[in-house]
Amino acid sequence: MFKEDFPYFKNSEITYLDNAATTQKPKSVINAEMDYYENYCANTHRSSFGDANKATLNYENARVSLQKFINAPKKEEIIFTKGVTESINFIANSFAKKFEKVIISSLEHHSNITPWHMQGRSLSKGLEVVSCNENLDFDFRDYENILKENPNSFVSITHISNAFGKIHDIKAIIQLAHKYNSVVMIDAAQSLAHMSVDVQDLDVDFFAMSGHKTFGPTGVGAIYIKEIFLKEVDTYQTGGATINEVDFDSSTLLDSPYKFEAGTQNIAGVIGFAKALDYLSNIGYEKIEKQELILYEYLDEQLSKLPNIKFYNTIENSIGSRSFNFKNISHDDIGILVDKMKVALRVGHHCAQPIMKQLNIKGTIRVSLAFYNTKEDIDKLIKALKKALKMLA
Amino acid sequence: MTSIEKRVQDIKEDLDFFEDELQKYEYIIDLGKKLEDLEEKYKTPENIVHGCTSQVWLVCEKKDNKLFFKGTSDAVIVKGLVYIILNIFSNSSIEELKEVNMDIVYELGLSEVITPNRQSGVIGMIKKIKEYALKA
Repeated sequence: MFKEDFPYFKNSEITYLDNAATTQKPKSVINAEMDYYENYCANTHRSSFGDANKATLNYENARVSLQKFINAPKKEEIIFTKGVTESINFIANSFAKKFEKVIISSLEHHSNITPWHMQGRSLSKGLEVVSCNENLDFDFRDYENILKENPNSFVSITHISNAFGKIHDIKAIIQLAHKYNSVVMIDAAQSLAHMSVDVQDLDVDFFAMSGHKTFGPTGVGAIYIKEIFLKEVDTYQTGGATINEVDFDSSTLLDSPYKFEAGTQNIAGVIGFAKALDYLSNIGYEKIEKQELILYEYLDEQLSKLPNIKFYNTIENSIGSRSFNFKNISHDDIGILVDKMKVALRVGHHCAQPIMKQLNIKGTIRVSLAFYNTKEDIDKLIKALKKALKMLA
Repeated sequence: MTSIEKRVQDIKEDLDFFEDELQKYEYIIDLGKKLEDLEEKYKTPENIVHGCTSQVWLVCEKKDNKLFFKGTSDAVIVKGLVYIILNIFSNSSIEELKEVNMDIVYELGLSEVITPNRQSGVIGMIKKIKEYALKA
């Protein structure tokens, strides 16, 4: 029972099935954050007294933890941010704006769409969108055509769709992009909660990660930047902690990662994030993936028995999230009623309006699992859905 | 007590009758089913209420110094909420509507659906009602 490691499940009666939005936190993560605030709260990289040194050491150790976790060659390639949204905005503004074309996919969430719009890019005007097929699979033929017409582009693609749980074959996406001399950023918001990642094996150039979707605290995330690009990425913001020397005429910046981490960071959050990675490592992805597959198949099997249910993709090449609707029933109505029955899931467009528009729907009901969920959780969900359907009939 | 406040109190009493939350929502679903159909011609982009996850349309008619509202939604529970809101605000004087306090609906105790978050359609409806009153 993994739930025993998570205080939330002791304190709440809710059947929590909204893990794609955020995950619950293990006790070790909560303790690590509390420990920092209660026992050695001091700023990092500035003062040199004992607690400040301890804070700096733990913060930098967290960087090494994340480096090892994703098998990055150097710790300088790991930059802590507020989360995936900040990571994408950072790279969009500090690096990708130099590219004539940016290529995304039709399954992106808003965090990987609006930063490009803010640069004045729209469909075919600086922005190209790779379509997906009827099963929401990434269309490699369309992708290659776009790359052929637009070599030397910046490719920014989600690893796992938050709305439908669809896994993109990012290794193949990266290889093809490199063949056409393009640079790739992967939005890995949903990845680390479900599968192990090796940035060297993937040969990815930029890799945006989330703390809170990976059992870590909110307000923390990171971006991996392949070493060869570190000097080409401009600073997004500067100020305290980024500076080598300043006079009133000019400033010189430190090297990466410090020049990219302006101001006081979310120190407790970063330390907590590292604890979440430790927690995952101790369990091991083999066990996590096995447990999730059992749950995912059970969820699909049980949902499929419900009348008039409509899915948008099969569960092949998918993980975590299952998205669906019921014929002639609003997802909002279902959301309100299952909430009354203490089941937490998400209804709506899941911050991915373009794909919803493409599917000609306003939104879906999304159940998103984590390894700590159980078959009992799914049984409770099904019971609540049946009751809601009866009430709305 | 204004007539709007009085209507809020009446609806609150109706809702408070149900001890079981699900029964309360069954009642709201029934109210949704009672809502008069809105003609298709009114389902235009300018009549859409912003801030709703479901589609909600709201139409305003002015008669003498009063405003009358019609509306609907594509979701049944939201339809029930539209019914409640129309009952509270329709057939009110423009002056009274101009002074409406958004917080008034919190008294209904439907905090799970009437929340101040960005997706709250009910707050969006009241904002639109107030806009109509200010323009009338």
